[in-house]
Amino acid sequence: MSSTSTAFARARAEGRAALVGYLPAGFPDVEGSIAALKVMVESGCDIIEIGLPYSDPVMDGPTIQAAAQQALDAGVRTADVLRVVEAVAATGTPTLVMTYWNPVERYGVERFARDLADAGGAGLITPDLTPDFAPEWIAAADERELDKVFLVAPSSTDERIAMTTAAARGFVYATGVMGVTGTTQATAAGVAPLVARTKALSPAGGADLPVGVGVGVSTGAQAAELAVKNGIGADGVIVGSAFVRTLLNHPGDRAAGLAALAALTEELAGGVRA
Amino acid sequence: MSTYEADALGWFGGTGAFGGRFMPEALIAALDELDVAWREAMADPAFTGEFDRLLHEYAGVPSLLYDATRLSEHAGARILLKREDLNHTGAHKIRNVLGQALLTQRMGKTRVIAETGAGQHGVASATAAAYLGLDCTVYMGEVDTERQALNVARMQLLGAEVIPVTSGSRTLKDAINEAMRDWVASVDETAYLFGTAAGPHPFPSLVLSFVRGIGDEARRQCLDQYGTLPDAVAACVGGGSNAIGLFAGFVDDPEVAIYGFEAGGDGVETGRHAATIFAGSIGVLHGARTFVLQDEDGQTIESHSISAGLDYPGVGPQHSALSAAGRASYLPVTDAEAMDAMALLARTEGIIPAVESAHAVAGALRIAEERPGQTILVNLSGRGDKDMGTALEYFGLGQAGSRGQRETK
Ligand SMILES: Cc1ncc(COP(=O)(O)O)c(C=O)c1O
Repeated sequence: MSSTSTAFARARAEGRAALVGYLPAGFPDVEGSIAALKVMVESGCDIIEIGLPYSDPVMDGPTIQAAAQQALDAGVRTADVLRVVEAVAATGTPTLVMTYWNPVERYGVERFARDLADAGGAGLITPDLTPDFAPEWIAAADERELDKVFLVAPSSTDERIAMTTAAARGFVYATGVMGVTGTTQATAAGVAPLVARTKALSPAGGADLPVGVGVGVSTGAQAAELAVKNGIGADGVIVGSAFVRTLLNHPGDRAAGLAALAALTEELAGGVRA
Repeated sequence: MSTYEADALGWFGGTGAFGGRFMPEALIAALDELDVAWREAMADPAFTGEFDRLLHEYAGVPSLLYDATRLSEHAGARILLKREDLNHTGAHKIRNVLGQALLTQRMGKTRVIAETGAGQHGVASATAAAYLGLDCTVYMGEVDTERQALNVARMQLLGAEVIPVTSGSRTLKDAINEAMRDWVASVDETAYLFGTAAGPHPFPSLVLSFVRGIGDEARRQCLDQYGTLPDAVAACVGGGSNAIGLFAGFVDDPEVAIYGFEAGGDGVETGRHAATIFAGSIGVLHGARTFVLQDEDGQTIESHSISAGLDYPGVGPQHSALSAAGRASYLPVTDAEAMDAMALLARTEGIIPAVESAHAVAGALRIAEERPGQTILVNLSGRGDKDMGTALEYFGLGQAGSRGQRETK
């Protein structure tokens, strides 16, 4: 069982959903992103997702684009991303990298898998790589038992959900809205059918593969609406743009940014426990 | 299966080689739906008949194959020009958009989105949308809206909404990103009219099916008019639609050499260029594995070209496969060479080409040196009206009483 699945299982044993928090590496700078991610860990994130800034992020809205661009403009490299992973994974919290595919292909799929594992990373979330185009990554991940988090969407056919969940490890990422990050709000009514279909179509009825809902989740109330106990049964909620926006809103005042980040994390952690 | 035909997953040149579909899962159903609808349409004589009728009655196709005798004299080889510049809206792009817009109608969708660099594809999309009664939104990099303001006005006059894209390098690649972001959120009622033979499967194959008339007509015209096939064919390569449309007609004629001319910008050695195949490396961009201009970490590098339509750091996967197979050669042509060829064609033949197409003419002049007396068929993909601002600045034109500062011989 991967460290990510363990974190989901622990949350489930507590009768709640897991909170997954995202920030791009190198935003506001490399050290700043490590400090921010550690605050998110301390304030209640069960799992961390570290974004690898990329020049052409087609799944991201303006908020995450701006943060990634800032990181790239400051010269962040793939090696820096792995350094951030190492620092965050050292806290003992499962740490995944969310990345568009080309930077991994360029680094070398096998080499990336090795260096990610060596840094203590749990695996990859791949927004533009589906299992049918991922044989190299699947082989490299399987060799090191890294998580392979693929996405399912409201538009996915049953056949593709079955194919995707069969290939996934760690969890499966259900996109809450048809749209890019940070623009539309996910609602329970909108997400419920996808979560239900994903569970029903997963191997073993979803017993071994948690479903995390992301894209369009930004508040504690939403987290509660989606979460396992009183919500629609998502095993985890994934929040990205809201964390990024919090830091963007405090330019030049790191302490205030981190305090606001802690407050948002606590609100969301309360939400998944509601 | 030939190099320009995809397998079921969209691979060209073998599984995993070039092409494919590196896309968010949210768009896969739409791409599959498009693939099925397109295949059904192409097998339906009612659809292909309507497409042919529109091309003929509305767009002025087939375009002429023209024997450019004065240019040929200058080149030392016989140059034939496929006159796509005479099509309605002034470029080959109208073929692609009429095909895709008709397909949109057939699929029951009411809105189209498009990206554009030079504005040519945007204008063509706005035109087809106006003609077929579809809503049209065009994404255009902010930098391009400034250097191609006239085309922005044309699109607006045609009833399209033009959205300036301010992310990234604010050029064509970012306009594609933004169009894809729109599509993820609007896919139920919206079709994405992709402007070139790139992107995720089935776009490269679908676009080829609508532009391949260029090559099929040119081959037939060449045989009918001159009783022989050309020794070589040449086209400019941005994303690769006009080029693949021409090449498809000749790829199975091994005696015909195939040349694609990429934008060499200030010169490949300066790093400021868009010579993706010549100087790039294999990666994934905009949904396909293909040659890409990228840095060591796989971040896309900004391309540079005097021609907005060639200013793209990727290229269609069919061209990558043709290059890898050794069937076609891809070479850079600098801004200066292209502008010289633009002036030369204007002054020898009375034809002002698009700056994009001038790259193909310049390339043909170069290969003519190695092929004296041979026949070289060049795709003149578009006309130069949209580029008069560029020419005015480059040649110092516009002041009566002189012929411009940079005289060509
Ligand atoms: C006249 C003309 N030729 C060529 C191109 C390049 O596109 P492609 O390589 O897809 O033919 C453009 C693009 O705008 C164009 O306007």
